[in-house]
Amino acid sequence: MWRIRLFEERVGVLARADEVYGLVHLSVGQEGVAAAVCSQLRDDDAVYSGHRAHGHAIAKGAPLDRMMAELMGRDSGLCRGLGGSMHVVDVEHGFMGATGVVGGNIPIALGSALAARLRGDDAVAVVFFGDGAVQAGHFNETVNLAALWGLPLILVCENNGFAEFTPRSAHTTVERVSDVVAPYEMESATVDGNDVTAVWDAFGRYLASARAGGGPFLLECLTHRLRGHYEGDPGKYRAALAEADWQEKDPIRRIERHGIAYGWFAEDALRVIESEAAEAVEQAVRFGRESPFPPVELIEEMVYADA
Amino acid sequence: MSHELPFIAAINEAIMLEMERDETVLYFGQNMATTENEPYVDAFGRDRVRVTPISETAEIGMGIGAALAGFRPVVELYMAEFMLVAMDQVVNEGNRFRAMTGGQVKVPLVLKAGYGFTAGWAGQHTGTINALFMGVPGLKVVVPSTAADAKGLMATAIRDDNPVVYLHNYLLTLEHGEVPDGEYLVPFGEAAIRRDGGDVTIVGTGWTVDGALGAAELLAAEGIEAEVIDPRTLNPLDMPTILESVAKTGRLVLVDQATRHASAATVIAGEVAEHGFSSLRAPIVQVTALDATVPYSQPLEAWVMPSDEKVAAAVRQVVGTAAATA
Repeated sequence: MWRIRLFEERVGVLARADEVYGLVHLSVGQEGVAAAVCSQLRDDDAVYSGHRAHGHAIAKGAPLDRMMAELMGRDSGLCRGLGGSMHVVDVEHGFMGATGVVGGNIPIALGSALAARLRGDDAVAVVFFGDGAVQAGHFNETVNLAALWGLPLILVCENNGFAEFTPRSAHTTVERVSDVVAPYEMESATVDGNDVTAVWDAFGRYLASARAGGGPFLLECLTHRLRGHYEGDPGKYRAALAEADWQEKDPIRRIERHGIAYGWFAEDALRVIESEAAEAVEQAVRFGRESPFPPVELIEEMVYADA
Repeated sequence: MSHELPFIAAINEAIMLEMERDETVLYFGQNMATTENEPYVDAFGRDRVRVTPISETAEIGMGIGAALAGFRPVVELYMAEFMLVAMDQVVNEGNRFRAMTGGQVKVPLVLKAGYGFTAGWAGQHTGTINALFMGVPGLKVVVPSTAADAKGLMATAIRDDNPVVYLHNYLLTLEHGEVPDGEYLVPFGEAAIRRDGGDVTIVGTGWTVDGALGAAELLAAEGIEAEVIDPRTLNPLDMPTILESVAKTGRLVLVDQATRHASAATVIAGEVAEHGFSSLRAPIVQVTALDATVPYSQPLEAWVMPSDEKVAAAVRQVVGTAAATA
């Protein structure tokens, strides 16, 4: 979680300095979901995310240096600089797709779940999306088919209360995303997404069941992004929010307090984790800065796969 | 050796053969294989042959995901227009994955759809939207005009490692033709010269190849020899064959069932204007559908569509002769 937090905070700084180019969406404050979900998965489990994907990629195992190089548009980036922040993909670690059109990733994850079932192994597909995607047709078409065929798909909704800049209440009368799937007789739950242990437990149960032939499942994680929709978002719509409360609910601080209270880890061990993460991020920035931009020949080479 | 088959059966033969050859080939779509004794289900079972709900976005997205995981799905869309409800998946997801991931993945997917059913199917099921796909990076676009090509291009599409939009004209569905036995592959990006001639080049795709050949027969009686070219795939597009023919004939008529500014003809006209201008002895003429929603009423439908006679008239215009008097 520290690796995600510090990576993204550094990306915010680099974006303002134009070292990271283009549109950047940070998940600061939502790291608990990414960490609790992805740390239970294997490389052969396919994970899909959307435009706010850095945390999911890192939690799934994407190396920080090649992530940062990607965001800096360099040839050594995971996608050789052709994808960028919204399309970070690391196939080696099963981070299969980050798509920039809200909802577009959901049916694609369904294909990975179908593939797992056809192969007959116990791999699963997990797709992260925000509450805004639930009102898109993609979501409903996918949920229907996944339920109909009983596929090992786990839908993880990070409900941060805002679809881009608009509160959920302006989009739908259904308060809980976990209620949307009720007619499909699909198991679903809503948990506090800033409570890492709650997400871990709920997701772990679904994962075990999906590996054993069950599915699909939907897990709604209530969370809050501590920054705007994108870096540079003036955030006028956020004025009424009790930011101080959310700072208090910061998932990293919470799991640290919790862990120390239960004697899981010591304060100084946590600070080592934090400082190691900080060093890894700085090293990633150096790696990115030292990497060349990709050659222009790459552009046309990458349009089609050779038969 | 060859055998005679209707166009649609030739497509099915290719899918059958590829499914037998490669167990990663999947086939799914709406209303498909609704009973257990249908040939595909019988041969390959319910895992590989699936009936889907009316959910084009999920069908195509699922195809992309399965392709990313190493399968080769063929998605049966029935009507090209049905892809319009899932356009994000067709032109902004599957086709971009390879490039956006820096080559980490490939997406071997076939989107099979009929088009151009101008046989009383009225406004929403008669469109020729082929050109909408041909300029989309990452997609390949296939438009067969003969039963043999219908088979050979489908087999090639299934073996291709990229998303392929396979568009078969519904007016050709029951047209019979000789089809090579067994494994038969037609390469992408190689136009077929359907008729040799030195006076004018006519380019048509899908159903309009027949129109071009029909016009060529009318014109032959008047002493005009037309060369008829069928690109067979719109992406990749075999411009060298078209340019070579235009260099020989100096005249070009393009026939397309689409509306004028949304036609493949317009794209080809632009390429010839840029790369073959010095060969041209007359302006390029495009014979397309009128810019209108296809009307239901039969005489009006015919009025909107290109025809042998419209093509012949265009040729007479570019070669500078009047119509032969009957």
